[in-house]
Amino acid sequence: MTDNVKIATRNFSVFYGAARALHGISLDVPAHQILGIIGPAGSGKTALLRAMNRLNDLNPDCRAEGQILLDGQDIYQPDFDAVRLRKQVGMVFALPVPLPMSLFDNIAYGPRLSGIRTRMRLNSLVERSLQSAFLWDEVKDRLHTSAMRLSGGQQQRLCLARVLAMEPEVILLDEPCSGLDPISTARIEEALIALKSKYTIVLVTNNTKQAARVADTTAFLLQGELVEVGPTDRIFTAPGDQKTNDYVSGRFG
Amino acid sequence: MRIPPRNTQVLAVTLLGAATGLTLAILIFVIVFILSKGLPVISLGFLFDNPREMGKAGGIFPTLVGTLILPLAAILIALPAGVGTAVYLSEYTGENTATRIIRFGTDCLAGIPSIIFGLFGFIFFVSTLKMGWCILSGALTLAIMILPTIIRTAEEAIKAVPASYREVSCSLGATRWETVLKVVLPNALPGIVTGVMLSIGRCIGETAAVIFTAGASLRLPHSVFDSTRTMAVHFYILAREGISNENAYGTAAVLILSVLLVNSLSYWMMNRFIARRTK
Repeated sequence: MTDNVKIATRNFSVFYGAARALHGISLDVPAHQILGIIGPAGSGKTALLRAMNRLNDLNPDCRAEGQILLDGQDIYQPDFDAVRLRKQVGMVFALPVPLPMSLFDNIAYGPRLSGIRTRMRLNSLVERSLQSAFLWDEVKDRLHTSAMRLSGGQQQRLCLARVLAMEPEVILLDEPCSGLDPISTARIEEALIALKSKYTIVLVTNNTKQAARVADTTAFLLQGELVEVGPTDRIFTAPGDQKTNDYVSGRFG
Repeated sequence: MRIPPRNTQVLAVTLLGAATGLTLAILIFVIVFILSKGLPVISLGFLFDNPREMGKAGGIFPTLVGTLILPLAAILIALPAGVGTAVYLSEYTGENTATRIIRFGTDCLAGIPSIIFGLFGFIFFVSTLKMGWCILSGALTLAIMILPTIIRTAEEAIKAVPASYREVSCSLGATRWETVLKVVLPNALPGIVTGVMLSIGRCIGETAAVIFTAGASLRLPHSVFDSTRTMAVHFYILAREGISNENAYGTAAVLILSVLLVNSLSYWMMNRFIARRTK
């Protein structure tokens, strides 16, 4: 188990001002799997996810304690380069946010930041990323029109393609389907399952059924604490904790 | 007695419409008045000849050049400084006492009458730094005068860029500075351009601060160390000294037309820029 752990949190806590959002979470994210994080609103799922690429750093009120290890290295070491970290650990947000530029420029945004300038390399990266996100066929003829004109489901797949173009090792998804219809959701899920052979994926979701469908391992958070983590089958069929049982069977949340 | 809502609605629309109509009427009256008196004076000779007899005869070419150079130089100085300040205040510092003091300072600066800036420019640039009456003294003075406008409009425009854009940019591995360059400034551009246009308008129309610092020489300037006269100053001197009312109106008409031209040009450029990013 230990040598194929991609991300490990060790007694990790997050505070927003004086309020504590996470209480000493210790959790392993296995490599090349999908970890589903479920829990009701306000359970700290997003706080945990945003800690994994240190996006919480943008919020001056936010403070973290404990360790998060990426390939065994603590990303909260003071001299750890958070900008480089975010190139390794990509993120898809709950609401799709295409930048107001063309589809092509959106996807080439990350690669260009890493110094990739040649047309040919960018072209092939953009095509490959769009194909992996199951969007290529729908947009290949209008790569240079604004990304704002895509539908919501297409925008979210664009955001996924944009992350893939950075060639990250880990992909974090924060309720990526919360604003999407069932067909768009199915497309995203299809893409995620196809992607896990190459990437390690952490999927925060409000939708327990989604976790049951795509996650290999599922973690249940409640009020900032990790209640239980285990193989998805077991969490949904034979949870070890009464609270998990109540949540996955829809008794609350 | 209670007036029925339907009537107050009609009353409100009438009053608001009247207010709009009045504003529009005054604007049109001023423009038509100036143009009707000034347009007959304008000819190619008026635009491109040197003035003779202090402006009583001849054209206004040197003042045209002065009006072009001076605001341009002022913007070139104030724009980087102003936008830089706005970026620093909104992207790199949290809300604290220091930023509140800076903001209060810029607001106060915006309320100072322009002649005070002129006097300051005269004492500091012209006399103390021994730069004399020249375009550079004038541009520096005007730059200080428009700095608050540029800072505040740029700051508002930067704040209006959605925070989610910054998050996305950072999550894609951009540094704060890369985010500023690639996401924040391009999206804040329309607001910044508005501030620049307001500032150009103020510079073009300014007289007091210009006479004190750039002087009122009617010779064609050859460098930024020469004195110059802007159209506004020329207009003021022609009318004030009773040199030529006719040429004063001609100058005013050119002034109005050039402001219209600058504004429509910048709107056109801005719309093209926005269209490219969203269509």
